[in-house]
Amino acid sequence: MEWKRRHVLGLADFRVEEMEFVIDTARSMEEILTRDIKKVPALRGKTAVNLFFEASTRTRTSFEIAGKRLSADVVNFSSATSSVTKGETLLDTAKNIEAMKPNILILRHPASGAPHFLSRFVSCSIINAGDGANEHPSQGLLDLYTILKAKGKVSGLKIAIVGDILHSRVVRSDLHSLGRMGAKLWLCGPSTLVPKEMERTGARVTYDIREAVKDADVVMMLRIQLERQKTAYFPSLREYSRMFGLNRDVFSLAKEDAVILHPGPINRGVELSDELADSEQSRILNQVESGVAVRMALLYLLAGGHDASH
Amino acid sequence: MKKGSKKVILDAKGMERALSRLTHEILEKNKGAEDLVLVGIMSGGVPLSKFIQEKIRVIEGIAVPAGYVDITLYRDDLSRAGYQPRLKRTEIPFSIDEKKVILVDDVLFTGRTIRAAMDALIDFGRPKNIQLAVLIDRGHRELPIRADYVGRNVPTSRSETVDVMVQGSREDWKVMLNEFTPAKGE
Repeated sequence: MEWKRRHVLGLADFRVEEMEFVIDTARSMEEILTRDIKKVPALRGKTAVNLFFEASTRTRTSFEIAGKRLSADVVNFSSATSSVTKGETLLDTAKNIEAMKPNILILRHPASGAPHFLSRFVSCSIINAGDGANEHPSQGLLDLYTILKAKGKVSGLKIAIVGDILHSRVVRSDLHSLGRMGAKLWLCGPSTLVPKEMERTGARVTYDIREAVKDADVVMMLRIQLERQKTAYFPSLREYSRMFGLNRDVFSLAKEDAVILHPGPINRGVELSDELADSEQSRILNQVESGVAVRMALLYLLAGGHDASH
Repeated sequence: MKKGSKKVILDAKGMERALSRLTHEILEKNKGAEDLVLVGIMSGGVPLSKFIQEKIRVIEGIAVPAGYVDITLYRDDLSRAGYQPRLKRTEIPFSIDEKKVILVDDVLFTGRTIRAAMDALIDFGRPKNIQLAVLIDRGHRELPIRADYVGRNVPTSRSETVDVMVQGSREDWKVMLNEFTPAKGE
């Protein structure tokens, strides 16, 4: 397969073949991370800018390390310390950064569609690192990669995703990546946080965590995004935890070799018990590890080619 | 050569003889197989390095470690290619510190692949030395690089290609000299 994509805005239009290509590239990248000298010269002279309009440590650091492992120059830009606080628009900010000739803009923005909008105006490649409640494609790919490594396949697996489905961009990307690879997806959470329309994606919806977790191969817990909730979707965290938290008792309904995922950050004791978060079955730190490899793959695939700008 | 013509310049038997001699030369120059490690360059060098590994086992009774390296991320023409080439795997599951590394490739041409492979090796450690073994040396060097062990010197023109076919069973191995035609594998 020949990689033709200039931007990675979402997984909505990703073909299976393309996802497999990224994963295959990530496998090669992962070997680099096991070396003493964790650096290859592939992207020497290329620049990637982390343009983050929302708090993030994991994703931003992951992209930064990925870029540096490939010898790209990585520049971080966070909105809190920038001209955005002085009233500059997104487009002006992006245009100004573009004038400094980066090859890749890695954008996180609270508005859904922000990276799609920018991609029409700038000549460099754009990677969506999370836009509102829309998509988080690199997370969707690293979840796919983590499950492939843990289970050897995705097709036919029962994967339960539990939590705040409504506000989760991770779920929307996972529906594309895991769904398209043939997983049987179950979405679960309080009815206020799990839109019934999600069933149109082919996933099953349930408001009973026991039904979701029963015989599951993978259980993915999501964080309750308190910062995105302007109104109360459930009476109290304590009640949420009691009804939708994953603990030994609920997890024992899953298959014996089931694994636990979480895109982080974890609210320990709310959606996931301490005990399970640190258990043998947890693949949460593997996700972080896979994340660097997957992001290296994306940067490598986008930053090449002489018609990529500059 | 005529346009589009093809010629077998080494058949399976010929390759085996060339590689056997090459293996003996490696062992002679290094006074045995001690501290030797083999690293094949993806993809063509890998089956050849395995062949040499086997030969050394027969001659010296020693299993020398063999790994392989993909040089894609070290290429000097990455940003000039129209798209990014597919990555292959690198696997050097042993230390190369203070070892004598025999780098194995199928064809030595411009020398740029070897330059990239040496850069990659240095990232894995500090070998005592690096020696280069190639099946075919076809000339046209663009860098000051030469092979220590050569299976066969083949004078070529730039418009020709040398294809070392080492996929499949060993009886089918051969080396072809082809007049370059853009549509490959017609």
